Order: sequence, then C-alpha cells, then structure tokens
Amino acid sequence: MLSLISRSKWLSKSAKCLRTVSAQTALTQNNEKPKDVLRKQVLEYRHVYPEFLPDPNPDFRNSLREKLERNDMVARRTQIDIPEFYVGSILAVTSSDPHSPGKTQRFVGICIKREGCGLRASFILRNVIDHQGVEMMYEMYDPALHKVEVLKLEKRLDDHLLYLRDALPEFSTIDVNMDPEILTEGAPVPINPIKVKLKPRPWLERWERQHLRGVQDLGLAEKFYKRAQELEKPWEKYDLMKEYMKTIPEEQQLEIFGEVQSELHKLELQRRKMKRKRVFVKPSKLA
Amino acid sequence: MFKIPTGALLKLQTQSSTLHTSAIVQEIQKMTRLRVVDNSTLGKQAMAEGKPPKCIHVYNKTGIGKIGDKVLVAIKGEKKKAILVGLKQNQKAKVPKFDSNNIVLIDDNGTPLGTRIHVPIPTILRTILKEKTQSKGADYTKLLGIASRFV
Repeated sequence: MLSLISRSKWLSKSAKCLRTVSAQTALTQNNEKPKDVLRKQVLEYRHVYPEFLPDPNPDFRNSLREKLERNDMVARRTQIDIPEFYVGSILAVTSSDPHSPGKTQRFVGICIKREGCGLRASFILRNVIDHQGVEMMYEMYDPALHKVEVLKLEKRLDDHLLYLRDALPEFSTIDVNMDPEILTEGAPVPINPIKVKLKPRPWLERWERQHLRGVQDLGLAEKFYKRAQELEKPWEKYDLMKEYMKTIPEEQQLEIFGEVQSELHKLELQRRKMKRKRVFVKPSKLA
Repeated sequence: MFKIPTGALLKLQTQSSTLHTSAIVQEIQKMTRLRVVDNSTLGKQAMAEGKPPKCIHVYNKTGIGKIGDKVLVAIKGEKKKAILVGLKQNQKAKVPKFDSNNIVLIDDNGTPLGTRIHVPIPTILRTILKEKTQSKGADYTKLLGIASRFV
C-alpha cells in the first residue's frame, strides 16, 4: 500500500499525465486522418447492408463462395434499387406474379424480421388486410422483385417484431395506399419507442423470457416471471468467446466492405442524384 | 418427438392448463380446427356459435394438408368438403402466411357454398386449383371467382 503523502503526489502526477493525454487526443480528433474517416464509414455499412457479412458459423464459411455472392449482390443492386431499411420500417414490395401472368403484385407491410446472409437474405413483411393477419416473406435478391420502396424509414426498440403476431391487430395494420414519408438527407434514422400491447395468453412464444423492450406490461402471474428469471443467463454477455464466434471481426468486415465499398458508394450517389421513381422496364424479347 | 396439431392442443389445454406439451406444429391433419371464411349460412353459423369445423380427412397421400388441398370437415354435425385457402404454417417466399387456418366450403362438384370470401386469398391458388381440376371432375377454380381480394 502507498503511504498518504506519496499517494497524493502520485495523484497530482497522474492528473498531469491525464491532462497531457487528453490534449493529445483532442489533437488527433481535430486532424483525423482521411483513412480513419473512411474506415468509420465502411464500418457503418454493417447496419445498412447486414447481408454482405457472411454467416459467422465456421462450418458455413467459404471465402470464394462469399466473394462470388457479393459480386452477384452488387450486380443485382445495379438493376434494382434496394433501399436502406430496418426491422420496424414500412415497406412496399412489387413483384411479378407467375400465377396471374403479365401482372404485378404489391404488398405493403411492416418489416418484422430480417435474416440470412448473402444471396439468401430475406425479410418478412406483415400487415392486417380485411381483419386477417397476413405475412409475406421476400428474398432480397429475388430476380422476380420489381421494386422495393420504403414508405416509412424507422427502427423499433427490438431486433425483431415477431411478437406482433400475438399483439392486437391495430399494431400491425398498415394502410395499403400509404404515401411514402421522406426523411431529410443525412438525418439519423428515427427510433419509434412505441410499446405494443399483446393479446392475453396463449402465445406463439414465451415473450416474457425474451427481454423485449417494445411491449407493454405482459400482465402475467408471478410464476411466469420467476421461471423466466430462473432460466436467464446473465453471464453470457461476458462470454468473449461466444461473442467472437457469433460476430464477424472488425478486420474481416473492413476487408469485405472494402471490396464492395466503391460500388456501393457509386450506387448511393446515383440514388441521391435521381430521386425520381424508377420505372420497371420490361425486358424486350431477344431474337 | 411427439407433436400435437393445433386443434388437438386446444382441446388439451381446456382439459388441463398445467399439462406440458411440445411446440405446436402449424399443420393441418385430422382433428385440426379450421376457420370458415366464406359467407355460407352453415359456415357463418358454425363460426358464430364458436364451434369451428374440424378436419376429419385430408385428400392427399401424406395426410397433412397444404395450401389448396381438399379436406373433409365436420361442421355442425354434417360432413362437408372444403379447400384450404390460407395456412398458419411457414410458406415459401412470396406465398402469404396467415394468422389462421382458413377454409372455403365446397360441394362435390367444387362449387362453393357461399357467394363471397371476406379475407384475402393467396394468388398461388390460381395455379394450384387449376392443376387439381381435371376434365369431367370437380371444378375447383369456381372458388377463385368469389374471392374479394388476392395477396
């Protein structure tokens, strides 16, 4: 243990040290290298384009396949505008319908789940039409999609909204003829803090065990919460190995997005430039 | 593992709320409760009384009803044929998944008993029902004519 005098000395010394360090950091912040800015930008991509990151499960990794898939994804994105969206955003998807030839089908709904990596990336839209809950799963890189529009860009409090299946219908009812809401350029994506009211049990899943933030008080008996507490694994968030195994490390992310960054940036600029709606041009028959 | 269809599970739940069961399989098999979505008097009455029809046979080789399959239902003490027009179970991409298992009652010729369907109908039924309709057999595509909306 340090004596009182030496300790106070040490404290003043350390304070001085800290001051100099903070000054240094301020210096570096002011003249940040362009390389770091680019790096930050590229790492932002993991929220906007999560499907470009491969499945972290080592059994499914194959660098060549991932690379080919990324090329295909970028190639598809040059043909169709797949905008930025999140779970909780309201989307309208127009797709060709093989069951009624020559016609297209438009489905409007709230995105309740987004999953899959690479060309298998998909999302689920949910809506209540004529008092009937309907869900539609779309593959993002499906060549039958004509147009993906974001009618309302926002996030919710949870990573998925599957609990809307057990919620009162008004929380997933969306007007089919809704007009798109336009956000100002560069504004952050708003988070909708709405709390959903669930129907009484029975439910499809045990929502009380899932730490949901976007639901109102579940109104269950004490025993349900007790059991949920028993099954909790609060130590898992400190498990570094687990965290490592279920995420793609930063260095790999930089490598992956570095490959496609120039193309994606070009597409973004193009989208900004021509804000007018894209019109699907039916491919003419080849001779 | 032993899995129980939705309908059977509902019955079990009324008997004993403490019984532990495995996850529900959202598929149509015998004893599954269904929902009539057309405006036939028989169907409307059964649903209003809270006695939804029960599937008592699935007309295919697997015994598990998929979208567009014909089923035999027990409804208000009668046996009627019906077409599955919307299922709870997970579907392929671009095929809608519904919040309830919907049926439309038909007679032996494929003519629907009602005159209107008041929920959306999956467009894939156009293809499925056309395939199932054979010349000289029942014409199932008549059902598509009374649909109010397709998804």
